[in-house]
Amino acid sequence: MTQQEILGEFSRVLRDLLLNDSIALTMGTRREGIPGWDSFNYINFIVAVETEFGVKFKIADVESFANVGEIVIKLEDMLTGNTRSSLNSPRSVRIYRDKD
Amino acid sequence: MEITTLCGPRIMSWLPPARDFRAHLHAALGIVSASERLERFAALAGQRLGFLETVQLDRALTNVDTVQALGFLPIRLAILASSTVDHLAPAVRVAGLRRRMLIDVRYGAFGQYRQDVLEQSSYLREFAPQAVLFSLTAREMITGIPVTATAAEVDNAIGTFVAELRLLWRRARDISSADIIQQTFLNIAEPLFGSYDCFVPAAPSRIVRRLNDQLCEAAAQDGVMLLDIARASERDGINGWFDPARWLQGKLEIAPPAAPLYGDMLVRILAAQRGLSKKCLVLDLDNTLWGGVIGDDGLDGIVLGEGSAVGEAHLALQRYAKQLKERGVVLAVCSKNDAAVAEAAFRDHPEMFLRRSDIAAFLANWDDKTENLKAVAARLNIGLDSLVFLDDNPVERARVRQSLPMVAVPELPEDVAQYVCCIADAGYFEAVAFTPEDRDRTRQYLQNSEREALLGEAQDMDEFLRSLKMSVVFGPFTAIDHTRIVQLINKTNQFNTTTRRYTSEEITYLTNRADALTLQFRFIDRIGDNGLISAMILRPTHNCSDTLEIENWVMSCRVFGRQLEFEAMNIAVEAARKRGVRTLVADYIATPRNNVIRTLYPNLGFIAVDGPDSNTGTTRWSLDLADYTVHPNHIVRAGAV
Repeated sequence: MTQQEILGEFSRVLRDLLLNDSIALTMGTRREGIPGWDSFNYINFIVAVETEFGVKFKIADVESFANVGEIVIKLEDMLTGNTRSSLNSPRSVRIYRDKD
Repeated sequence: MEITTLCGPRIMSWLPPARDFRAHLHAALGIVSASERLERFAALAGQRLGFLETVQLDRALTNVDTVQALGFLPIRLAILASSTVDHLAPAVRVAGLRRRMLIDVRYGAFGQYRQDVLEQSSYLREFAPQAVLFSLTAREMITGIPVTATAAEVDNAIGTFVAELRLLWRRARDISSADIIQQTFLNIAEPLFGSYDCFVPAAPSRIVRRLNDQLCEAAAQDGVMLLDIARASERDGINGWFDPARWLQGKLEIAPPAAPLYGDMLVRILAAQRGLSKKCLVLDLDNTLWGGVIGDDGLDGIVLGEGSAVGEAHLALQRYAKQLKERGVVLAVCSKNDAAVAEAAFRDHPEMFLRRSDIAAFLANWDDKTENLKAVAARLNIGLDSLVFLDDNPVERARVRQSLPMVAVPELPEDVAQYVCCIADAGYFEAVAFTPEDRDRTRQYLQNSEREALLGEAQDMDEFLRSLKMSVVFGPFTAIDHTRIVQLINKTNQFNTTTRRYTSEEITYLTNRADALTLQFRFIDRIGDNGLISAMILRPTHNCSDTLEIENWVMSCRVFGRQLEFEAMNIAVEAARKRGVRTLVADYIATPRNNVIRTLYPNLGFIAVDGPDSNTGTTRWSLDLADYTVHPNHIVRAGAV
């Protein structure tokens, strides 16, 4: 699966989740750029991708994704069995913990 | 990939699979009429949806103005939680929609549940929830006890914890008299000693078990319902319910894939409290109650009983059906067969576990099953929406779903080995009480058949009623009959004048209030004792000291047409007069279910004073006791409670 195909699938998943057909994700899209893509729907998105592709992201990865492109690359790696980590410097991006 | 052959309820295998969910959802969203859109959403909610479809449907639901949703029951639910529940709320709303309830779910800020209850936070007071769910984690309990603690120390800590919970239940009740539901504690503790955990009082998994045991006792004493997800997670495996990654990422104790089942389990309880659980299991015969087709294979050709795996599986289904019957679920048969052939199997097959006398309505013929299901409902005098129809044949299932959408039709798995599991997991018959009336129910339906036979022999109705030698035992509500009274009031939909529902606490309160007049009626005739089958609640109206209002009056459908409403009113009028009351007033609030009593009050001599209100369906009636003439009937008063 190419990055563009993955991106297309991601767009579809997010359109379904947010009931918004105008969403078109790019590698550079950030969560803040999509209305309604809050922390709750971020976890929903991760669950959806994991379910759809039969994978499970490491919590370190989920915590460090800075944009959609990084999720695409990680998924591509997982699908091809590539263990190379393009994300070896976890940033302190906190997701879905707004309430703590 | 969908694994339909496993009976793990995390995929709700009893619901028909959702095909083209996306297309159907979008089609529904395009519908202009809000009420029709809601119907389409409800139909989608009746399908097997995963977590993500559930979230989508819930989002779509927010696009409907549900203020005027006819035929849907609104319920206000507050969730008090010590973990994240944002993902549970959509599942609860969708599960509600599945049972035609519109559940308004509110929850407070993260980790604030104690303060919210103890300080009666304004959000709770203004919301005035009808049900309050405590969704708590055992985590703080476990971490608070060192593994070296003695059994006494552990018990002490658990006792303190449960005592605090009970205080929270009481306080939550004080806010709005809500029904309290407490979730059992998910046993998320990893093994510490291995199997030896069982012997170490302070081993974490042992603590959670003990906590759940004590919780159960406390809840039983306090009339709190339990949402037993601990048991559900034992059936599914804890890994299906708890995902450490989600806990770490967002403090979700319930894993998102388990949310739809969580919602369904919760709504079953809300439904049961409102009398909306299913009441009758309708069984197909060939390849359902036994293997093979009796008309073709003959009595000795069908597969049933010990010695064959398939035969034992059908036997297991019969045993489960029998157990359901013993707890008050009525059994019926609906089968395409010659009646004589089908009955012979019950009578003559040595391995049959169910007897003919276990079946309250037996319809074996060649008519369409839709018509037979209607006949079952009519014969038992219950609604079609109280039926569960069990049939191995997907074509029959589809036909019934199509023509009678209110009948629950489980998607039976292809393997008979999974039949019992499928019915059990579907939770159709969720209970909130178990009373002597439940144990006796089938016998009472069978006695009603005897009465009908008598009616056939009698010259006319009057002679029939006289021949029944009917009597009534009556009195105020008592503590001893409390559980049955709460059940009767909340389960009855047809003879229910206002369909106001009451919590156990409210009934206790009314029972003890001197200014409330409560009446319960037991009904006996020569065929048998029908048990406690009617209840009436009268209270003073605000503005008149000599007026009582019949706030609610319910009567079991089993005793319709026996003149009991006349004698009950005679009794109520006498009791009211003793209190110096001069006028009775009463509302009749029309619902889709209580049309049968729309002329009840005029028949009893009441005069309409207001209504019917076109919005609420309410008509207000009044009876001047000075004008009341005793209604003659054939019921004698056999004593007081």
